[in-house]
This record gives sequence, structure tokens and C-alpha cells, in this order.
Amino acid sequence: MSNPQQLRYSKEHEWLSAVEGGVSTVGITEFAANALGDVVYAQLPEVGSAVTAGETCGELESTKSVSDLYSPVTGEVTEINEDVVNDPSLVNSAPFEGGWLFRVRVTEEPADLLSADEYTAQNAG
Amino acid sequence: MGRNDLARHALGDDRPMSSTAPRHTALDALHRSLGATMTDFAGWDMPLRYGSERDEHLAVRTKAGLFDLSHMGEITVTGPQAADLLNYALVGNIASVGIGRARYTMICRADGGILDDLIVYRLAETEAGSSHYMVVANASNAQVVLDALVERSAGFDAEVRDDRDSYALLAVQGPESPGILKSLTDADLDGLKYYAGLPGTVAGVPALIARTGYTGEDGFELFVAPGDAEKLWQALTEAGAPVGLVPCGLSCRDTLRLEAGMPLYGNELSTSLTPFDAGLGRVVKFEKEGDFVGREALQEAASRASENPPRVLVGLVAEGRRVPRAGYAVVAGGEVIGEVTSGAPSPTLGRPIAMAYVDAAHSAPGTEGVGVDIRGSHEPYEVVALPFYKRQK
Repeated sequence: MSNPQQLRYSKEHEWLSAVEGGVSTVGITEFAANALGDVVYAQLPEVGSAVTAGETCGELESTKSVSDLYSPVTGEVTEINEDVVNDPSLVNSAPFEGGWLFRVRVTEEPADLLSADEYTAQNAG
Repeated sequence: MGRNDLARHALGDDRPMSSTAPRHTALDALHRSLGATMTDFAGWDMPLRYGSERDEHLAVRTKAGLFDLSHMGEITVTGPQAADLLNYALVGNIASVGIGRARYTMICRADGGILDDLIVYRLAETEAGSSHYMVVANASNAQVVLDALVERSAGFDAEVRDDRDSYALLAVQGPESPGILKSLTDADLDGLKYYAGLPGTVAGVPALIARTGYTGEDGFELFVAPGDAEKLWQALTEAGAPVGLVPCGLSCRDTLRLEAGMPLYGNELSTSLTPFDAGLGRVVKFEKEGDFVGREALQEAASRASENPPRVLVGLVAEGRRVPRAGYAVVAGGEVIGEVTSGAPSPTLGRPIAMAYVDAAHSAPGTEGVGVDIRGSHEPYEVVALPFYKRQK
């Protein structure tokens, strides 16, 4: 599995796209999706709500587990992926594309986001 | 996603990790070559899933699935008084089981608490006057069951033998499984009824072929020598792949048995419950001859369960999409009225389902106003009769 070079990553397995017009897209990585197994329910933050880097903003349920979803950045949620709400298996089939989770108007980025290579190295260790 | 969440939930099962290094089945290298996600289960490193557990589940419901169940614990009981010993040690009437047949039963403590649920196979006599049984225990309880059988065998002319290392166990489950197996054996599968077993040869490998399973589908369990397991796995894979057989892990085994309303020891069954508490009083045979361990306590449990049941095992089907998990409270009118014992998204129903013990007043199918406390939010659930799924015969 390869982690796209143009994205940045949190230690908690979220990815963050480059900021466009002040807005970034957030999802979970393929590594995380594989570890979870089939995602069956996604509770995403509400549009307009504030999210804080490193804090819980939703949850993902799979067959065997439920895991908290953390925001990799601080800001305001501008959009959530309704396709994932309706078909959570998109998180497994296309974690870096159609399985994105939400978009944020970024007010602050943490300093410790990882590059693709750094994130890949973290998971290998 | 928290790293701790991944480590705690997604990569493992809910059961406690064993303190010693996990054991590996004869098929361990094969599972790894197939890219299986492995999990610690009752001290064994077992395949949790190979790909999507939902796809594996649906393959068993519609085509076929192949499981490695070598963690199950086989105990051989032989001797002139083997049947008498099992009738004394277990709650079922094992003496009434014919050669080539199997029986679902339980072993209880003197206070009626369930030590394990078991399948007992009666095999052909190997010497005149000495009957031959194989007791199959859950991996987590195999040592407890072995110890209890040895202790209870005092005074009986019978031998209890630990055969856990003598067998690998492969299961082929699903509607295509008879056709797959027929292509690999001359054994009379058409004459082999549900809960029966016969010795035979499958793909050139000597096997005890049993028509048993834990999925709610037709299927077979094949007990073979560990050294033959890989050859048999490969033959079943080759014969089954054209009709849709896929390797299946323990994750889908759990959702399959849950849909089929089958209890899992540690979830629905425990030493603090009697078979009557678990709605399985039918396995206790008071009419059999002689005393058996737990008889007195179980007689009391039987009358208690019929007159004034404490809690009743029911099925719950979600109206929403949030999944109930073992240990979550069942609620009604703001009060806790029970507890979830097993819960999962049901691939067949397309909704989350659960088994739960609830107060008798709320146990009737269709009872209004029942919910599950899912991390602080009361989600509505429908009370239904078990099982959730019954195959069309």
C-alpha cells in the first residue's frame, strides 16, 4: 500500500490534503482502513462545528470495533462526505479518494504532521 | 483514529490477551501467505479475516467458506464405561447417542454453572465392549473441560485422553459445501445427516467427516492429522474456488453464528449462568439414568426459570446503524433492563443485531420502548425471537 505524496498525515492515521481556498480535506489512511476491517457506520462532525487538532470529532464503526475519529487540524467543518454516510464501505474501497470524510476551513495546523515517507516509516516500525 | 484504538480494538478481539506466547496451527504459514489479518484468540494466533469479513460472511451464506478451527480442543474418552462417565460428567444423555452420531451438550459445575458447551461425537468401537467418544471443547475452556473429565472419571472404567495436538480441524460451510466435498471423497455424504460423523478419506487424507458447524448453514467439519492439514486445505481450495469458496476468518464466524442465534461461551454462556438461564434447558436430560454433576442445582434452576425467570436471552435488531457491543446496557424508560452479550452489523439483515439478557417483562418479541445505550445515546431496538437467520432447507 502506498501513501500519496501530496498528502500529509497525523500519527493517528488521518490524512490531510493541501489547503485550497483555505479548505483542506480529511480522511483516514488505507493502513487504518485495513486495520479496522469493513467500516459499517461513520459518525462525522456536523457542518459548521469547530474541530480541534488531536481531539475526537466522530467515530467509525467496523464489524469488530468502534474507533474514535480525531481531527488532524483545527478549524470549522465546511462539508461532510454524504456518500460515506450512506455507504461507509467507501472508506475501505477508496480511503484516499471517494472515502474522504470531511472538509475543514483551517485556522491552525499542528507542527507535527508527517510527510508520506515519515508516515510510511512510522507504520513500518 | 487513535493508535490505541487501533491496537485495542481493530487488530484484536474483545477477549483478554493470553499472557504466554500464542500457539500456531498447522496452517499458520498458509494463512500468512494468504495475507490474513491474525488475532490472538484463546491463546492461539488465528486468522481474523483474509479480506473483507462481510464478503467472507456472504460467501458462506450463498456459496462456501473454508475455516481453520484447529484451536478447538479434542478430548477422547474410551472404555467399557465411557458412556456412563459422560452421562455422569455432562448434562446430556450421551448413552443414547448412536455410533456415527453427534450431540450438542454442556458440562456444568455442581452448582449448575456452565463450564463449557460441547459437541460429543460417538465413533465406531475400536475394540469389542469399549465405546469411543470424541468431546470437542472451546479452545478457551479445553483445559478446564479436560481437568473436569479426568476428575469425574474416578471410579469409572474409562480413559480420558488429551488429543488437542492430534487433530487439525478444517470446516467447509455453506450451500456449495456438499458438492465440493463430494468431489474429493467417496464417503456417503448423502447418508450423512446433520449432527452425524463418519471416518473417511478426503483428498487422500484420512479424516473424521462430521456434518456439524457454527454458521447456520449446511457444512462439514473435518478432523485430520495436523501433518495432513495443508494438503487438505489446498485440495478444498482448488475444488471450491470455481463455485465461490473463499478462506474465512473468525470475524465472519462470529457474525454467522450470531445471525444463527448460536451462543458463544464467554458471551452468552458462563459459569454464573445455568443452561436454563441461557434458554438452553433442553440440553439437560433429567430423565437419564443415574446421577450427574449439577443435577440438584439444575432442577432448582429449571423451576426458577419456568416460574420466575431472572433474565431472558433475546434478539435485538437496530432501527439505526450504530452497533451494539458486548457489555452495553439495554434500557427501557430510562432504566437499565439488561445487557448486550454479543453484537455486530448483520451482513444478511443489513442492520446491527445483538443478543442480550433482558428482564422477563421486556423479553417478548415486539416489546415497545427498548433501546441500547450506545456510548451515552439510547438507540431504539426491536426485540425479536432468535434466531435472526434460518436457512431455507
